[in-house]
Amino acid sequence: MSEAQDYKYIGKRSIRPDGYDKVTGRANYGADLALPGMVWGKVLRSPHAHAKILSIDISRAEAHPDVLAVATHADIPDSEGSVEAGESTVNLKDLSRNLLADDKVLYHGHAIAAIAARSERAAEEALALIDVQYEKLPVVMNLDDAMKDDAPLLHKDLFTDGYDEKPEKPSNIAKRMELKMGDVEAGFAEADVIIEREFQTPTAHQGYIEPHACTVRYDEDGQSMIWTCTQGHFDVRMTTALVLQMDLSKLKVVASEIGGGFGGKTVLYLEPVALILSRKAGRPVKMVMNRDEVFMATGPTCASKLRAKIGAKKDGTITAMKGWMAYEAGGFPGSPMMPGVMTMFTPYDCPNMQVEGLDVVVNKCKTAAYRAPGAPQAEFAAEMVINELAEELGMDPIDLRLKNAAKEGTQTIYGPKLKRVGLVECLEAAKNSPQYQSALSENQGRGLAAGFWFNIGGSSSVTVNMHPDGTGSIIEGSPDIGGSRASMQMMAAEVLGISLDRLKPIIADTDSLPYSGSTGGSRTTFATGMAVIEAAEQVVSQVKERAAAVWNVTAEQVEYADGVVSNLGGDEKMTLAEVCKAAEQTGGQISGASNINARGAGPSFAVHLCDVEVDPDTGKVDVKRYTAIQDAGKAIHPSYVEGQYQGGAVQGIGWALNEEYVYSKEGLLENPGFLDYRIPLASDLPMIETVVVEVPNSFHPYGVRGVGESGIIPPLGAVGYAVGNAIGKKVTELPCSPPRVLALIQGDA
Amino acid sequence: MSKTHVTTTINGEVTEFLCEPGDTLLDVLRNDLQMTGTKEGCGSGDCGACSVTINDRLVCSCLVLGVEAEGAEIGTIEGIGGNEQLHVIQEKFLEHAALQCGICTPGLIVSTKALLEENPAPTEEEARYWLAGNLCRCTGYDKIIRAVMDAAETMREGA
Repeated sequence: MSEAQDYKYIGKRSIRPDGYDKVTGRANYGADLALPGMVWGKVLRSPHAHAKILSIDISRAEAHPDVLAVATHADIPDSEGSVEAGESTVNLKDLSRNLLADDKVLYHGHAIAAIAARSERAAEEALALIDVQYEKLPVVMNLDDAMKDDAPLLHKDLFTDGYDEKPEKPSNIAKRMELKMGDVEAGFAEADVIIEREFQTPTAHQGYIEPHACTVRYDEDGQSMIWTCTQGHFDVRMTTALVLQMDLSKLKVVASEIGGGFGGKTVLYLEPVALILSRKAGRPVKMVMNRDEVFMATGPTCASKLRAKIGAKKDGTITAMKGWMAYEAGGFPGSPMMPGVMTMFTPYDCPNMQVEGLDVVVNKCKTAAYRAPGAPQAEFAAEMVINELAEELGMDPIDLRLKNAAKEGTQTIYGPKLKRVGLVECLEAAKNSPQYQSALSENQGRGLAAGFWFNIGGSSSVTVNMHPDGTGSIIEGSPDIGGSRASMQMMAAEVLGISLDRLKPIIADTDSLPYSGSTGGSRTTFATGMAVIEAAEQVVSQVKERAAAVWNVTAEQVEYADGVVSNLGGDEKMTLAEVCKAAEQTGGQISGASNINARGAGPSFAVHLCDVEVDPDTGKVDVKRYTAIQDAGKAIHPSYVEGQYQGGAVQGIGWALNEEYVYSKEGLLENPGFLDYRIPLASDLPMIETVVVEVPNSFHPYGVRGVGESGIIPPLGAVGYAVGNAIGKKVTELPCSPPRVLALIQGDA
Repeated sequence: MSKTHVTTTINGEVTEFLCEPGDTLLDVLRNDLQMTGTKEGCGSGDCGACSVTINDRLVCSCLVLGVEAEGAEIGTIEGIGGNEQLHVIQEKFLEHAALQCGICTPGLIVSTKALLEENPAPTEEEARYWLAGNLCRCTGYDKIIRAVMDAAETMREGA
């Protein structure tokens, strides 16, 4: 789809610069660092979903010869207030009580104490020596129970935020939010057809293959180092320093290679605890989570209940859209309800909208960001109803969407009007796709859904250092989670006009660059890319100035192209390498630095098409064919853009078909492993066809939008609707696992 | 608890180590021998990130005890390619962008090599079922399968 071929590097499929280390096993991830004298830390976790902690006796553990330190909540200073980090607002008091529980445990797996010992096994075994006395409390495991008037309370001081007046009594509803525009009731009065449905989605985990891990060292002079797998090491530094009340300059955080995050590695779980252990033990401490700890005590995204009501005229014009959602926050407030409210109906240009959202605490692990946090659930509800509306109106579902598609100038429910966006182009590409033209067989069904995500910009700091031989290093602060170093290298090479192998991108530690925001919100190629371009342009300016000085002309009289600077008024030329070699004589070494707060992130719309086949005897669903279409603005490295589309689609397919947390009546997580929490396998899937639509974002020099997140939004609706279409029933609850689908097939509904 | 002395061959080099009876081969590789190319994703044989070969048989090293390595030939990611020349499978993974975060990549490459030694001409379906023991959360497997099929073809042509 891309045509632009003025570019020498951008838009090509180069080999990623970090690839060699990754295919040979040399790349070092969170658990791969060992330091001299290092000991191992392990965490004691709650066996109950909700209980008061009556006492913690660590004396037997401390007396064990292999144990060097024990940490509990008492070792964390009291903190108040909140800070913006990663993709969410972090309440410091809640964070410190999630790191190590204070007087209550709020979910199965809640951390209570940690031990540093001479070996990993010794640390694990010594956990049994810690004596915790609990008083079990009634558990609240779902939204309906949590919102009952007489529900057991997780927090006695939690009063619903978001009402004009503070409620009289505390509840499990942490926050209420409503956005509206126009007049929905008037809109529904104009409608010829109105459809309203209620939906449910499960608790699901990001499922990164690398467990959380860190190695830390607390020095006698208070200088500390954290090596960790994170999406944002500057945010790890900020939150750790706030929780432990340290100066930022005393804490160096090094981002290891990161083995997947999807939003889930924006939260602190281990690092401050490891630092406390290191301080007490006087040794470096390594902590690595087991897989069951990852499932029990990190991540998940919220389970949700949603209602969507949409009205349209006979010609397909949508007249009103009304939504309601309740999202589970986990043990502490803070589900992604707000972006859910904001994104639910944004693919549509409709003047009358109203959406209400609730953030509700339950006795489950505190939720974390997961790829387009909050949007997949909300837009699932909306897209299912849109598809049903198309059926009811006898319209093609793409035509119905085209008639109402958000476009440049569309008023959003959350404030601004949209700039130029590519939803119409994505819908047209879906219509022209080979899959949409193909016929279905028996027991097969088709679903289509659209997805919208904002994308963000924010702080990115980059230095481009040129070396005396004309090669350069691109020093950036954005952990590379899926190939972004390749994009940075390509953008810098494009500006500098030198080959890719002469530029080496590096993720620097927190001492070596000003603050850079986390890799999240699909921001890195957009925002950090802008900083790379700006820093490289500074290098070009300096090279021109140096050459001009040598030739005794002004900088305006020289031109820079393809790595060569030329005198426009004469025939002198110098290569970038020659200018760099002579830099010492012409005024010092050459480098560019850009510390920006990038504005103008371009939303990315996606449209997915899914064909499934359902086994009528077992309810098992097979995805037969899948096409993912999305607007990249400009694909810097098309292979990694396609990879984002495919990866997002497959995570969404897993969420829609199989993935869910299963709890016992007592609130204990029963499937904390990859055998029972089943993420998609190679054998579950077909090839994922992709279409890269490019409607440039005018705020980025090369037109980049973010591509990381939108791709996980449409699968829920596309798969959900396809299953319903195959069996002739209405799907209202995810995942469409075999027992649920079989019940639908056999049921009367 | 006293440790056991083990003599084994890893990637063609005779190697000795001491391990506790409960240490897995994965623990030994990563923690005692500093061969961290083999990754741990689950510790229960469900993800394949720790794939190695023992006497040419593909296994999850988290399910094998260190003491079981006695007298065996172990193959890890560190023994594939190298010396300025990548293995064809590694080249194809790079060419096809078959990795994003890369944590599953060493296991997938070890597993793919074992597949192609046993079946040099797998169908797409055979490749998908062979690799079903190697979880990847980033790619959706599309580009991995393309890399594997391309590597198989290239290796057949070179054979």
